[in-house]
Amino acid sequence: MGVKAENGVKPTTLASPSSSPFPSLKTLKLKTKQRELLIRVSALAFIYVLAFAVRLFSVLRYESMIHEFDPYFNYRTTLFLTNNGFYEFWNWFDAESWYPLGRIIGGTLFPGLMVTAALIYRALRFLTFAVHIREVCVLTAPFFASNTTLVAYFFGKEIWDAGAGLAAAALIAICPGYISRSVAGSYDNEGVAIFALLLTFYLFVKAVNTGSLAWGLASAFGYFYMVSAWGGYVFIINLVPLYVLVLLITGRYSMRLYVAYNCMYILGMLLAMQIRFVGFQHVQSGEHMAALGVFFLMQVFYFVDWVKYILNDPKLFHSFLRITLTSAISVGVLALGVGTATGYISPWTGRFYSLLDPTYAKDHIPIIASVSEHQPTAWSSFMFDFHVLLFLFPAGLYFCFKRLSDAAIFIVMYGLTSMYFAGVMVRLILVAAPAVCLISSIGLSATIKNLTTLIQTKSKAAQTFSSKGISSLKASAKASFDQALPFQQNVAIALLVGAFYLLSRYAIHCIWVTSEAYSSPSIVLAARSAHGGRVIFDDYREAYFWIRQNTPSDAKVMSWWDYGYQITAMGNRTVIVDNNTWNNTHIATVGRAMSSYEDEAYEIMQSLDVDYVLVVFGGVTGYSSDDINKFLWMVRIGGGVFPVIREPDYLVNGEYRVDKGAAPKMLNCLMYKLSYYRFGELTTEYGKPTGYDRARGVEIGNKDIKLEYLEEAYTTSNWIIRIYKVKPPKNRCDITFQDLVRIVSRDAKEVVHFANL
Amino acid sequence: MEAIRRSIDLSYSFIVDLSMDQIRIDLTSSIVRVFLTLKVENTGASQASDVLLAFPPTEAEHLAIVKASTAEGKRKRKTYVPLSVNPTELPDAPNGARLFSISLRNPLKTGEAAVLEVLYIVTHCLEPFPVEISQSETQFVYYHDSATLLSPYHVMEQITYIKTPNNKVESYTRVDPTNRAGTELRYGLYHDLPPYSYSPIIVHFENNNPFAVVEELVREVEISHWGNLQVREHYKLKHAGARHKGVFSRVEYQSRPSISGVSSFKHLLARLPPRVHSVYYRDEIGNISSSHLRLGSQKSELEIEPRYPLFGGWKATFVIGYGLPLQDFLFESPDGRHYLNFSFGCPLLETVVDELTIKVVLPEGSKNPSSAVPFPVNQQLEVYYDFSPISMLAEPLMLVSAVFLFFIACIAYLHIDLSIRKS
Repeated sequence: MGVKAENGVKPTTLASPSSSPFPSLKTLKLKTKQRELLIRVSALAFIYVLAFAVRLFSVLRYESMIHEFDPYFNYRTTLFLTNNGFYEFWNWFDAESWYPLGRIIGGTLFPGLMVTAALIYRALRFLTFAVHIREVCVLTAPFFASNTTLVAYFFGKEIWDAGAGLAAAALIAICPGYISRSVAGSYDNEGVAIFALLLTFYLFVKAVNTGSLAWGLASAFGYFYMVSAWGGYVFIINLVPLYVLVLLITGRYSMRLYVAYNCMYILGMLLAMQIRFVGFQHVQSGEHMAALGVFFLMQVFYFVDWVKYILNDPKLFHSFLRITLTSAISVGVLALGVGTATGYISPWTGRFYSLLDPTYAKDHIPIIASVSEHQPTAWSSFMFDFHVLLFLFPAGLYFCFKRLSDAAIFIVMYGLTSMYFAGVMVRLILVAAPAVCLISSIGLSATIKNLTTLIQTKSKAAQTFSSKGISSLKASAKASFDQALPFQQNVAIALLVGAFYLLSRYAIHCIWVTSEAYSSPSIVLAARSAHGGRVIFDDYREAYFWIRQNTPSDAKVMSWWDYGYQITAMGNRTVIVDNNTWNNTHIATVGRAMSSYEDEAYEIMQSLDVDYVLVVFGGVTGYSSDDINKFLWMVRIGGGVFPVIREPDYLVNGEYRVDKGAAPKMLNCLMYKLSYYRFGELTTEYGKPTGYDRARGVEIGNKDIKLEYLEEAYTTSNWIIRIYKVKPPKNRCDITFQDLVRIVSRDAKEVVHFANL
Repeated sequence: MEAIRRSIDLSYSFIVDLSMDQIRIDLTSSIVRVFLTLKVENTGASQASDVLLAFPPTEAEHLAIVKASTAEGKRKRKTYVPLSVNPTELPDAPNGARLFSISLRNPLKTGEAAVLEVLYIVTHCLEPFPVEISQSETQFVYYHDSATLLSPYHVMEQITYIKTPNNKVESYTRVDPTNRAGTELRYGLYHDLPPYSYSPIIVHFENNNPFAVVEELVREVEISHWGNLQVREHYKLKHAGARHKGVFSRVEYQSRPSISGVSSFKHLLARLPPRVHSVYYRDEIGNISSSHLRLGSQKSELEIEPRYPLFGGWKATFVIGYGLPLQDFLFESPDGRHYLNFSFGCPLLETVVDELTIKVVLPEGSKNPSSAVPFPVNQQLEVYYDFSPISMLAEPLMLVSAVFLFFIACIAYLHIDLSIRKS
């Protein structure tokens, strides 16, 4: 390369123009500051637009539609809210789900998302933009993702510096872990909640850093918004006290912390109580007790501090401290014990346990374990969702520990705890994503800053060398980290290039993941045909629209709970169970009906007034997430409540099969019959026998299925959804003559018997 | 009979006789088309300028359109000239018969004769029987009519042909002379029929054509002076044939299409104006991905497929939307007013529309709207309004000023120091 020669020659030409206009240096300096501001603002603006635009893949690939399962409920409630107003929404009793129980919607949901979308809708309408509410709902998540980048910028700036902030904003804008739940159409609580979560944390850290009551108040409102939006607020209400506790233990207690925490906790708690679904949980539920305990601890600390200031005598103070601490702890433990014993403080819920202990749900709550997004995370999905951030994360932690501050401690704790939860449940990668992005951005920003300062000091040193001589070189070389290393600049440049290469790989990976993996609405399935064309399977909507148009408006549809929200939202019919899994017994009843013989199931269905049964079947298309593959969960959940359903009855040597070797109970249960009814006559694949199930790759075991109490009402064009009508009960006059004779004679006997008495 | 004759005599000062009358009834679709060829002769004393057509009340209720024309010129130069048809009232028409009068171009003098061609279309008059059919059955319908023409005039000679879609005719009423050959039923020749003679007949035959009925159609036409005419059509479609009964078996439907669900339909063809663009086809729950658009210079054809095949009694709602170049439909009248000239009808072929609402959205700033609906013959709708082109600029100017204000605010924010104390 000939670096030394270059270093020797170049500076002489470079130095002269920069050194000559000395008087205008001040104005120049101001201009660079302005230029920096301009660059920063425009970079942020680009990131803002990018975060929005990258989430529109789903609209381009498919259409502007609501995705998956839960978003359909949110969409339906938002529609109700915009049509009927807030009070109707707040007091809404929904008779269309959980028949015959119904559901108090207003009291059992987090209204933040719906209210946000409705407000955006109102605002746009006020500005005479004639948008449909669906478009607002579809674009809510990308819009809030864009806002999250801004919060990430300010958060990064608060923790480290503006460079780290910008890096954090850029990283989080395209982080797949976050995109997976915030693409256009993914109208779910998380889309808004991650913004609220990060905002609350930022405002709280800001309050701790400044000790300002205003920021504390702002963080309380951020917390309120978070509580209104998502059940994940429990993470905040546990992480913040934990953080305060750590600060107390490490001797970082300050008046700023006292102001920030008290303001945030008290106001946040009072505000959160306004959400009906949360209510008095902040003072009554075991999950919220940590915050309360830390609040009292804080007061004790303050009191002790004050006494210390008053007493001014170390010996006396020590004895006082001992007494106060023991009494405070014993009072706290006593209060907790009494509260728990009397039932005033509810114990931790199963969901909370399952977060702390990954194996808990599998043994105790099958309904949580049955959801794929509640499974423990595989390593590959960490790589998939974080990519290069996984390597930057430890580096960032290193820099955080190196320059420890209150804010750095917070982000470290947020990062470590959320990483743990992300390992417990796949869906919680989402919560970890902002922390990982922030910490990585610190690592990235600090590394690049160090590398660039290395390059800059070297060239500066070279400059001074040429102009002033050897003596000043030594002085400036002291500033550079280690002059002993040869090719220092080259290595720095190489590392810098490497870092940019990694970042570009990250960007490419993110875009690819977004467009290929995370943009599918899962209602519409797309596949490649043999000729390379795109085939669309729109069977879900076909079936739901059929239900909507061609069944009586008071019909009750029974299906597995996964499809409940979609049936009510798209099919506009009453369902027995849906994705709000609040009543395990009811779900177990449906699971029992699905896993019973037809006549037993008919009785259950009659008792639930079921008119139609809907099953999802992938045997023709090879769609693997169908009801037969979910069936074991139905058996488990049903068996959890009704011991007549036993899992081993459906297995052969512990193996789950649908072919000839399957268990007899399996071959004759309702779910099997409804899935494979008349499937035995169909040739699905060339060169295979009839009734070849493409999803499981076997020939089915029971090809001659007769239905007695149900009849096929509709099957979609690719067989993915099959709807059966429950026949009305047989007329009582239908009994045969022999039956009649028998009944009459029996009655006569009874009469005789009574007469004898 | 004499009394009726007299009543006509009282109201009209002339007598017309139908010397030869031919009825051709086309039952090959769900809509009944009747072609009448009337040879009218004035046997009265004075000139006749109108010819009356009579319809029984049941048929008149479902009458969609009546058109009449007369042939002019001879042989190869023969052209058909449309004549105007208007409903009229006669004080004592028997049993509530409804009357339409055809205005002749040249009044008939005594003893003169003219040939009129009349086409009328009747909807909802094929009555499915059996009312409910299962998937494997075909659909049979009843058609009620009269073997003879209901007419206020004396009919000299008359013959009726009824064409059925195929030769599966379950039964038909005989009014001799009647014979049937293949897909054609012939009633007549009848001679010397007195006025208002009516001999009811019932034909019971197989008809598997799509009985597509749009129960309600709302068309919204939005004019933008930036060059686009946006049309949105909300359909409520129903299969009005024999109701589907019992199971729907997909395996039957897809493996034996020739015998399973033959009366159901899954395609509909919409004929749109040429140069149509940005066509969409969706419903309340999203886009329906099965449609094909063929663009042509004369017409564009949109083949739509509802989400599921429609069996008897099944319903589907959907929306079709498209944009059209404005200059094809918006014109300027000599007095400087703008007017929109747009078709009234439904673009779906072979489809009956029960209720039609059309909404025309005029651009902001237009004044004095008025409409001209030359009903029931012409199918064009005209909407007149005043519009000054300056109003077109209102919205862009609003946008420009909003952006301008934003920049002003930014500049102001950067230049004004709002802090209370100097740092």
